[in-house]
Amino acid sequence: MLRSARGNSNLPGSVIAPLGCPTTTRRPPLRLALLATAPALLWLALFFVGPMLLILGTSFLSRGDVGELTRPFTLENYRRLVGFGVFGFESLYPLIILRSLALGGLTAILCVLAGLPLAFFIAGLPPRWKGAALTLVVIPFWTNLLIRTYAWQILLSPDGWISRIAVALGTVESGAALYPGAGAVLVAMVCDYLPFMVLPLYASVEKLDWTLAEAAADLGARAGQVFRHALLPQIRSGIAAGVILVFLPATGQFVIPDLLGGARTVLLGNAVQQQFGPGLDWPFGAAIAALGLATVLAGVWLYGRVTGGREEVGVV
Amino acid sequence: MKRARLPLGLSAVGLYFFLYAPLAVVVVFSFNAARHGVVWQGFTTDWYRRLLSDELALSAAKNTLLLGGFSTAIATVLGTLLAFGLSRSGLPGQRWALRLLQVPVFIPDIVFAAAMLLFYSLVRQWLGLFELGVSTMVMAHVTFQIPFVTIVVRARLAGLDPALEEAARDLGANAWQAFRCVTLPVILPGVLAAAMLAFTLSLDDFVVSFFTSGPGSATLPILIYSSVKRGVTPEINALATLIVLASLAATLSVVLLQRRRRA
Repeated sequence: MLRSARGNSNLPGSVIAPLGCPTTTRRPPLRLALLATAPALLWLALFFVGPMLLILGTSFLSRGDVGELTRPFTLENYRRLVGFGVFGFESLYPLIILRSLALGGLTAILCVLAGLPLAFFIAGLPPRWKGAALTLVVIPFWTNLLIRTYAWQILLSPDGWISRIAVALGTVESGAALYPGAGAVLVAMVCDYLPFMVLPLYASVEKLDWTLAEAAADLGARAGQVFRHALLPQIRSGIAAGVILVFLPATGQFVIPDLLGGARTVLLGNAVQQQFGPGLDWPFGAAIAALGLATVLAGVWLYGRVTGGREEVGVV
Repeated sequence: MKRARLPLGLSAVGLYFFLYAPLAVVVVFSFNAARHGVVWQGFTTDWYRRLLSDELALSAAKNTLLLGGFSTAIATVLGTLLAFGLSRSGLPGQRWALRLLQVPVFIPDIVFAAAMLLFYSLVRQWLGLFELGVSTMVMAHVTFQIPFVTIVVRARLAGLDPALEEAARDLGANAWQAFRCVTLPVILPGVLAAAMLAFTLSLDDFVVSFFTSGPGSATLPILIYSSVKRGVTPEINALATLIVLASLAATLSVVLLQRRRRA
């Protein structure tokens, strides 16, 4: 993806770029370039930046008697979010925030653990199989998340074979459902977001300098030490990129906890839906959404730092 | 690391199995004769036949295709133009534009969906525009499709030899002619791949559609969601299987189109 079209003109002794030719590309002309970017940028300004600013603005408003947005401007919504209730500390929303962060973090960690063997396996395949193996990882990602999620209701149902194995192993009581619950949410999250992790991991594993591993092994390092000291430092940025790619959408998930979590596994996404739907408290919902937006902006900034700005979001 | 081949292979097989288990179970149970429960009671194609006479499902399918078709067409044009414009180096604000493009990709669906709902209802109050329905869904979908289209087309443009366009200009083409007659045909496979991806995204979306739909504009994912809330049925599995097949066809054609780049 990053190969340069005229990279060979940098070679010593190259005669490809004649004198007087600009070496950087100036196509297309400035006026045309601006004209071409205008429609999409205007669209995004109107339908993306605009709504996001509205969310931010609304989060400082109050809710009227019939659910309408009214003044006064207030910080009340944010205070409620961090636990200031009418009767002192109210743990509901701080707990939802913590639970979302914990589930998102746990999902990211499990995806790293599952993604590493998969990335190393694909990178070790003969070149002609690599593309197919990688495509096989990506295909589920491009199918409907809702479908992949409700499928776990079937897979984890009390008379399904996963439950029977769990019963046979004594991990759950007979007849007990594996969902709804935090465990079911976690399993589905890892399954849904694993492709997001494998792609950046694979990209960095593919570029590994294996001579370092050989040198370490020659100097007497055991396999675990080789991995920790010779390989891990080289793929650290790939892991970081994958963690961001998984953590951000996972913390804001709405469908997965909605279908598999039950009443006790409410996450931030469900809280937003609750306030914009039946709760009819849009200013408070907007405050929760604004928290999500702030997290994403921080994540995008971090992702740029981690990948050195070279890489765009790579899911294709 | 050579010694680790076997455990690595085994865990990879397990993980592929894990990734495909949900899809497989939906497909398998769409052919299960049992009305309830997860016990296999024989093969049937009845659920598919029933789907064809289900008015709700047919109208949802129509909405889904309308939504996917219109949003993909608009997003592909806008996103391709944006990628083309951004391919010029040294554009003012270029880095900011690229950063902006990443935000819709990362943002949780629900945050974007809530923002669109808020935006539409405020504009409706002030200007009387944007009655919720297929058109508001199209606008929302275009918004999250544009960044993906731009990213895919940019990758294709990066591999384009600028000498081609320069040659066209030297031979007297104006900038627009050079784009239309030289650049566009070369990047066309990338544009098609981007369009297929955009369509898949639209087909996959539930959350944004759910928030921006109006009466009578339910799509297939919305239908699936409301049915699943009442319990998974074999009809829903049949419907889901068809959607998975459509995504599969679109994704595979993207892969093939991308592969031609290397040929």
